[in-house]
Amino acid sequence: MSMTTVGSIAMGHTRALPPSERVGDVTTIDCRGVYYRAVNEAVRAAADDGASTVRLLNVNGQRYIGTGIKGAGRRIEVCGTPGQAVAMFMDGPTVEVYGNAQDGVGNTMNSGEVIVHGSVGDVLGYGMRRGRIFVEGDAGYRAGIHMKANDGHRPVIVCGGKARDFFGEYMAGGLLVLLGMDSRLAGPIVGAHLAAGMHGGEIYVRGEPEAWQCGAEVTCAVATDEQMAALTPILSDYCATFGKDLREVLAAPFTRIAPAGSRPYAGLYTYL
Amino acid sequence: MSAQLVQPEFRVKIDREVCHKCGRCVQQCGWDVYTFVDRPIPDHSRCRACHRCMTYCPAQAITIERSPLAYRENPSWTPALRKAAWRQAETGGVLLTGMGNDRPYLNIFDHLVLDACQVTNPSIDPLREPMELRTYLGSQPDSVEVEASAGGYRLKPGAGFAKNIKLDTPIIFAPMSYGSVSLNVHKSLAMAARRCGILWNTGEGGLHADLYPYQDNVIVQVASGRFGVDTDYLNRGAAVEIKVGQGAKPGIGGHLPGEKADRDIAATRMIPQGSDAISPAPHHDIYSIEDLRQLIYSIKEATGYKPVGVKIAAVHNVAAIASGIVRAGADYVYLDGFRGGTGAAPQVIRDHVGIPLEIAVAVVDQRLRDEGIRQRASIIAAGSVRSSADLAKVIALGADAVAIGSAALIALGCHLCQGCHTGSCSWGLTTHKPELTRRLDPEWGAERLTNLVTAWSHELKEILGALGVNAIESLRGSRERLRSVGLDAQTCEILGVKPAGL
Repeated sequence: MSMTTVGSIAMGHTRALPPSERVGDVTTIDCRGVYYRAVNEAVRAAADDGASTVRLLNVNGQRYIGTGIKGAGRRIEVCGTPGQAVAMFMDGPTVEVYGNAQDGVGNTMNSGEVIVHGSVGDVLGYGMRRGRIFVEGDAGYRAGIHMKANDGHRPVIVCGGKARDFFGEYMAGGLLVLLGMDSRLAGPIVGAHLAAGMHGGEIYVRGEPEAWQCGAEVTCAVATDEQMAALTPILSDYCATFGKDLREVLAAPFTRIAPAGSRPYAGLYTYL
Repeated sequence: MSAQLVQPEFRVKIDREVCHKCGRCVQQCGWDVYTFVDRPIPDHSRCRACHRCMTYCPAQAITIERSPLAYRENPSWTPALRKAAWRQAETGGVLLTGMGNDRPYLNIFDHLVLDACQVTNPSIDPLREPMELRTYLGSQPDSVEVEASAGGYRLKPGAGFAKNIKLDTPIIFAPMSYGSVSLNVHKSLAMAARRCGILWNTGEGGLHADLYPYQDNVIVQVASGRFGVDTDYLNRGAAVEIKVGQGAKPGIGGHLPGEKADRDIAATRMIPQGSDAISPAPHHDIYSIEDLRQLIYSIKEATGYKPVGVKIAAVHNVAAIASGIVRAGADYVYLDGFRGGTGAAPQVIRDHVGIPLEIAVAVVDQRLRDEGIRQRASIIAAGSVRSSADLAKVIALGADAVAIGSAALIALGCHLCQGCHTGSCSWGLTTHKPELTRRLDPEWGAERLTNLVTAWSHELKEILGALGVNAIESLRGSRERLRSVGLDAQTCEILGVKPAGL
């Protein structure tokens, strides 16, 4: 049987509706034992009610937190471990996760900000169009895949740890930064197929990825002083967010990865 | 200059006796066939037999003929294969083409015939008796609870019905992206959909702002490139469709070249002007049925639980895949057969990958029935539904509705010349050159599309009347009303259709 009725108690969940409390502009919702649909309804209801901050306590695997939520200036705080697809399709708000997040953080996000005090799973920021994602720890496979720029804006992802394969695959625009500093992963800073199929935007990796790791369509070079000067304000914001030392971040050289041409597949086709 | 081995397929003949030398042909041809030096002079090698020039020649002086050029007979090495090898030897390129599979595979629709009433139960005259074509797409509950009400029963409040899509006739317009077709094509489809009480589909290129007034009649598509997808877009549609595959190119992504991403298209796709729009072959957040469920439910969360469909190409294991899609929570499964059209696809994929729609619908419908989940999702059938006959037959095989793309373009003037990928469509459909796109007046286009849907709906009513039923519901999945002529026993068994005579 599918679990579709709003407010129904799904398997493993003990409470139909979350208790919530409003103090000033902050609504606090206890998510312990509550099914995801009820959590997300409570988040939307709190926001509709004018709460500028929604604080979620005891989050444990509930999916789609912040998914499809609109409005700059709104803030969602997640205490615990959210389930998949945090801030998917999000347009404007800030989501701050005090814990690890799973797959699909910021998937097809239009604008806003996601901060994760921990690591994230696969497909971080897939197709992200604007806004910013800061991850303190590691990212899984396919992070920053097919990021785009739009309308004079560009999306930004900074990951403090390491990342797995296909980092920045199909990247069409935006900025993707990998620091490799706060990592629980063994092995190189980034996996194979880095920037495979990349045709826009730029990637900075702190250190030097090896040739076998990079896709065929990109060039890798040590970042110039001018490029580092443009990158530093973002790194500074990142350090301020997580209480890191900017000087330590900047103490190692960065490699800049960019598309070799804007049309990697031009000339591939013919016809009768 | 080295010799050109690929010889022209057509010959443009101009009757010099009647030619006015007005130059209309030069102006009408999108392929630059004609140059004008005292009179129009054709370059046969550029002609695609799209008939634009001859249609608009005031003197009716032009005919297009198949080139009589003889090739040494060889049924294995057809002229088309020889030409392909020559062109690829010249360029080293992947052969690109447009529209649907043109290979002479067995067409199952043409080997199925419908039943009719004679003597023992009366047929119905649809002109004088009510005939219901209304169709609802979406999930139906496994069971409902009713309560006693004054003199009868009614559904209990909060019975938990999912939102459904209402169609006045079981036809929708197939997804064709803004980018692959012009904005005037989208306008024509949108206006016609509203007039017919049906839906059109954005395809994967976003929804142009001019078409927001028609948002109640649109399915908005989410494909792997996520072009034009944001919360507002998802919420505008009557339904949301996750495009996994396309019948013309199963397993293949899309690629709108940067030169086609002009200001309007780039804004609608939400990408920078002039940048390549690459749709990866898979969605990189869907590697499993569980992942698909996650995407379906994230869209439902973002839209207040609108219907979400999943479009796939019909491939070998389609029944199991469709079962997974339904279990993942999709409200409809869109099956696109191997004759489905495209704006651009590698010819080798278009012509050699996928299975026929008729087979796919039959096996999916049967599988979902066998598993007891048929009511959870509707089936949309597409991939060269060419007439109301195909429409009736595929509904009898188990579809709830059909989507028409090629037929809709043909209504708008398409001549199936297979040049969509060139961006120079003389009929102004699959192009963005302003001098060509303005050839399609959306009002004219909407009227023709409305006429086509109206005509097919009338014909469908005639078919239902002959079958002695008064609602499309009674034909749905009723394979007993079909018989095969000339299909082998195993194909009949797979289709669940008896041979004629049994």
